[in-house]
Amino acid sequence: MIKIIKYVIADILRNKIVIAYTAFLLAIGMSVFNLEDNTTKGLLSLLNIVLIVVPLVCIIFSTIYVYNSAEFIELLVSQPLQRKHIWLSLFSGIALALVLAFFIGIGLPVLLYSFTPTGFILVVVGLLLTVIFVAIALLAAVNTRDKAKGIGIAVLLWLYFSLLFDGLILFILFQFADYPLENLMLVLSALNPVDMGRILILLKMDISALMGYTGAIFQNFFGTTTGMIATILVMMLWMVLPVFFSLRIFKRKDL
Amino acid sequence: MIIATNVTKKFGRLTVLNNVSVNCNKGECIALIGPNGSGKTTLVKSILGMVVPDSGFITFNGLNILHNWEYRRHIGYMPQIGRYPENMTIGHLFTMMKDIRKAEQQGPLDEELLHAFGLPAMMEKRMRTLSGGTTQRVSAALAFLFNPDVLILDEPTAGLDPVASEILKEKIINEKQKGKLIMITSHILSELDDLVTQVIYMQDGNLLFHKSMAHLQKDTGETKLSKAIASVMRNQ
Repeated sequence: MIKIIKYVIADILRNKIVIAYTAFLLAIGMSVFNLEDNTTKGLLSLLNIVLIVVPLVCIIFSTIYVYNSAEFIELLVSQPLQRKHIWLSLFSGIALALVLAFFIGIGLPVLLYSFTPTGFILVVVGLLLTVIFVAIALLAAVNTRDKAKGIGIAVLLWLYFSLLFDGLILFILFQFADYPLENLMLVLSALNPVDMGRILILLKMDISALMGYTGAIFQNFFGTTTGMIATILVMMLWMVLPVFFSLRIFKRKDL
Repeated sequence: MIIATNVTKKFGRLTVLNNVSVNCNKGECIALIGPNGSGKTTLVKSILGMVVPDSGFITFNGLNILHNWEYRRHIGYMPQIGRYPENMTIGHLFTMMKDIRKAEQQGPLDEELLHAFGLPAMMEKRMRTLSGGTTQRVSAALAFLFNPDVLILDEPTAGLDPVASEILKEKIINEKQKGKLIMITSHILSELDDLVTQVIYMQDGNLLFHKSMAHLQKDTGETKLSKAIASVMRNQ
């Protein structure tokens, strides 16, 4: 399995997109901290990068990469290798390359300039989101044979997680404003890894007061160690479940 | 060695394999013949586990191939249209394949075809720049490289020039004499004449017959495979 991961990573490095992505993140990470004296402001700027750009790049790149590896997969499947290992290696290879890119691009500047609990959480959330969106991309790509359709689904999923979901939440909030929804919000936010990441970081920045009573509930839950651990666990689920389902489909897929 | 029992496969509404059962043994050289779209490649891919049958099962040396993968180390497969990672050079491809199969490889590699096809001279070429014929040479060299007990060749001579095609044929005859099981699908029946011991004829996903060459010659009164098959097709 390690052999296949090695070939996947070598191939990813050869096509240079991930290197460009690393350079882009590094440029932003460095300039944000050098422009502002206040590192908290810098972190806040990076927050948007982490929550919008990272999922987008990860999901699109991974989907396209899986489609472009069709020949590679076909070749390996006729060899004495387990399909499970082929698929998991592909996942690990892509995830590892992108995690590395994020760590160098955003992780290093944050750790250099703002080595605080908030900075640390930001990097952790970024890394988790990277892996989660690679996993979701794999599920999108394994389900459809048509490349254009697969990439379309990936873009729609990103739109859903980044924009539509928040719209839906707002809609629910306004429609049922007469009822106590705070605990429901807690559960609903678990349905979107981007939201969970955002809440985790915002709470660490101590601006939960801006979110009103719901913010207080969030602070009550996410602020505690149990809440933190629960959040991380739910995000782990967001990695494991897509990979698990995509693996189940891939095992029975005709090539 | 390879036994398929009641294998059925549907792609949507189209039945590609309909209750196909075959029994292939060591030392045989089997020609898989049939019109386009008769399910030959699907049958071959089911044996390799690339296509998962809807019902029925296939065993290799007595083991069900479903959920089993180790049996593939005994198979050398040459696909009809070889598709390889485009950015890899021929050299990289061979290094990778050797690396992947190194663990279970016993005995020396069989690099005869690699050299006969003149591949070492173009190890630096990328797969996407290769012509169809060169890709076929790479596929053939890969299929024979690990000295497998079973060779599955899907349209092996399609796209090869006469010289390369002759080299490959020689190689197949040599391997057959070593007692390997060889399965060939082809449309150029005249090429199969001096190779084949068994004939499987498929049509519309059904296996019409599985006979030994001698048996087929006796039934049709023809000595050449192409004429024998033509006579079978006429009589339907």
